[in-house]
Amino acid sequence: MRHTISVLVSNEFGVLSRISGLFSGRGFNIESLSVAETLDPIVSRMTIVTRGDDKVIEQINKQLNKLINVIKVHDFTGEEHIERELALIKVTGTPESRAEILSIVDIFRAKVVDVSPRSYTIETTGDEEKIAAITELLRPFGIKEIVRTGKIAMARSLKQK
Amino acid sequence: MKENGAQILIECLLKEGVDTVFGFPGGAVLPIYDALFDSPLRHILVRHEQGAVHMADGYARATGRPGVVIVTSGPGATNAVTGLATAYMDSIPMVVFTGQVPTELIGNDAFQEADIVGITRPCTKHNYLVKDKDDLQRIIKEAFYLATTGRPGPVLVDIPKDILTAPIEFKYPDGVEMPNYQPTYKGHPGQIRKAVDLILSSKRPVVYAGGGVILSNAADELKTLASRLGLPTTTTLMGLGGFPGTHPLFMGMLGMHGTYCANMAVTNTDCLIAVGARFDDRVTGKIDEFAPFARIVHIDIDPTSISKNVRVDVPIVGDVKNVLKDMLKLIHGSKAVTDFKKNLKEWQDQIKTWNDTHRLSYKQEQKGKIKPQYVIEKLYEATKGDAVITTEVGQNQMWAAQFFKYDKPRTFISSGGLGTMGFGFPAAIGAQLALPDKVVIGIAGDGSLQMNIQELATAVQYKLPLKIAILNNMVLGMVRQWQEFFYNKRYSHTCISVAPDFVKLAEAYGAVGFRARTVDEVETVIKEAMKVKDRPVLMDFKVDQFEDVYPMVPAGQPLSKMLLV
Ligand SMILES: Cc1ncc(C[n+]2csc(CCOP(=O)(O)OP(=O)(O)O)c2C)c(N)n1
Repeated sequence: MRHTISVLVSNEFGVLSRISGLFSGRGFNIESLSVAETLDPIVSRMTIVTRGDDKVIEQINKQLNKLINVIKVHDFTGEEHIERELALIKVTGTPESRAEILSIVDIFRAKVVDVSPRSYTIETTGDEEKIAAITELLRPFGIKEIVRTGKIAMARSLKQK
Repeated sequence: MKENGAQILIECLLKEGVDTVFGFPGGAVLPIYDALFDSPLRHILVRHEQGAVHMADGYARATGRPGVVIVTSGPGATNAVTGLATAYMDSIPMVVFTGQVPTELIGNDAFQEADIVGITRPCTKHNYLVKDKDDLQRIIKEAFYLATTGRPGPVLVDIPKDILTAPIEFKYPDGVEMPNYQPTYKGHPGQIRKAVDLILSSKRPVVYAGGGVILSNAADELKTLASRLGLPTTTTLMGLGGFPGTHPLFMGMLGMHGTYCANMAVTNTDCLIAVGARFDDRVTGKIDEFAPFARIVHIDIDPTSISKNVRVDVPIVGDVKNVLKDMLKLIHGSKAVTDFKKNLKEWQDQIKTWNDTHRLSYKQEQKGKIKPQYVIEKLYEATKGDAVITTEVGQNQMWAAQFFKYDKPRTFISSGGLGTMGFGFPAAIGAQLALPDKVVIGIAGDGSLQMNIQELATAVQYKLPLKIAILNNMVLGMVRQWQEFFYNKRYSHTCISVAPDFVKLAEAYGAVGFRARTVDEVETVIKEAMKVKDRPVLMDFKVDQFEDVYPMVPAGQPLSKMLLV
């Protein structure tokens, strides 16, 4: 099963390689990984999307916790949370396809961030399904390149009834 | 007064109570060696950096105190890697200091630069590159703290040369501030109660003890628990000495070359009590058929060890010694214990039967070739078991495990996890330096010994009375055995009969050498060797080349499928 795991680490050189080394050394897989500083500049957050059965995920959790530079490990699976990813998609654009591409962009509330005589670069954010859907719709026009950030995630706040 | 970084390092080591460091100089660590020149710290000059790390490892295993190593940058550091990996796999406390090129040259492919922090990340518990001179003392403090607490392990500290020469005020911190590193020492009381209930409700219990018992100094508690409850006990290779080898409840080692009795008991137990052990594949054999009828209690300080290889019914994260103590409190005066013990009779009889049907055995003919097992038994008799034994890797290691009895912890020193040939001899040097009055015997194969034979010079230089016993079969015996069993006796590249005359070699280094070619000579050689007190002695026992280690569970088979003699 797929898991989105958030890892708070001390913001030191070499920490990323400790984490990625742990995954590769033990044969765990990484589908995506994103890292950036948190509000506290000495702490970074990594969001890792990985896959494995319960036993593997348990090991991933424990092994991450064992690293000296890891502050906190949180698995979002099975709880209310928001996941987002940003993608930049460069599609071939001809004068004929222009209107159709723009309407897709509109429907998905995406943005055209760069235009050239032969291509449009579209920025879109969303969860996995949304990015998959817009990619599918744009595919017939010819996707030249796609760059994705990897997922980030945050727990939903408790709502009062 | 300010001192330079190198002097500060020495001051910190003295503060840590370090009495011996093992090392080898070079450009990047010249400032450290200059500081050592008139320091009270004892430095052991080795002949190869791998030797230094294994010595520090042997020192640590023999005493429980962290081993300390100093090596130079680049090749000095890379030579230390095997030693680090060896210590890491067996959770041995150690701090290794490597010199590094000056900070401004890092990343430039400077002379003797190696990214040793990158290289050793997966084989150290943690490692550091000191980037700021003001971090030096904190990092040294943390390094010792990490190496010796929780699940112990080696820590590497890489120090650029400019930091070794920078002026620093000596101010060694009293403690560490590492809020994210908090090993669990106390077991969860609810889990401990559950474990005791499970044990007391079982009919066929077995204790399976590993190196964790020794690391946590819990041998007494383990013995008390097993004796109070009458629990048949087996240990792993790493656990030897963690439970007395001569105790009536001891079944011998389990696993690939474990005893028939231990392997049968584990296969049939209904309650396996794993204490400081990690279910290594050499122990479990085919994992799905390991202890198939057992409910499992697993005590370990490292949560990642639990439920890694086998499913566990009652996991207890904590220091083995503490947890066993808590268990002892719970069973104290308990009525259930009396009933439990009454019901154990049948199981104990069964174990006795297994023990009697297939004991560890070999046949020594008086006029025949010397059997390696015979040599081990004679060493046991000569020392009455009062010795520290180190081993190399291979058949010699297994026979040393099977035929010598270890009654006390820290008397059997062997590379279990990594299986490093070349470990045993330098480890014996480390152990002898730590325990000058003890008889220390390095049991060796002729192949393994040659992997760090250069350390004979070190042993002679420091006048160490340690003994080396070569079970000289002129082959890479354990590999030859696998070729015999599983590769149609195609002995591909396992003959090493081109070898030095070990007696002459010992003499060339300034040590003493003896050789035994016949069975009669074995005891004489051992007797003579024991008399030498001022330098190392090498005993070259010419043993039967075709002797095999039994029992043997072929890799991937369940423990009950042993090949027997
Ligand atoms: C550094 C290293 N290289 C290779 C091996 C694989 N290996 C395991 S046992 C063995 C043979 C050891 O031969 P020897 O030291 O003569 O001991 P014996 O088995 O004959 O007692 C080998 C090559 C190893 N364990 N370590």
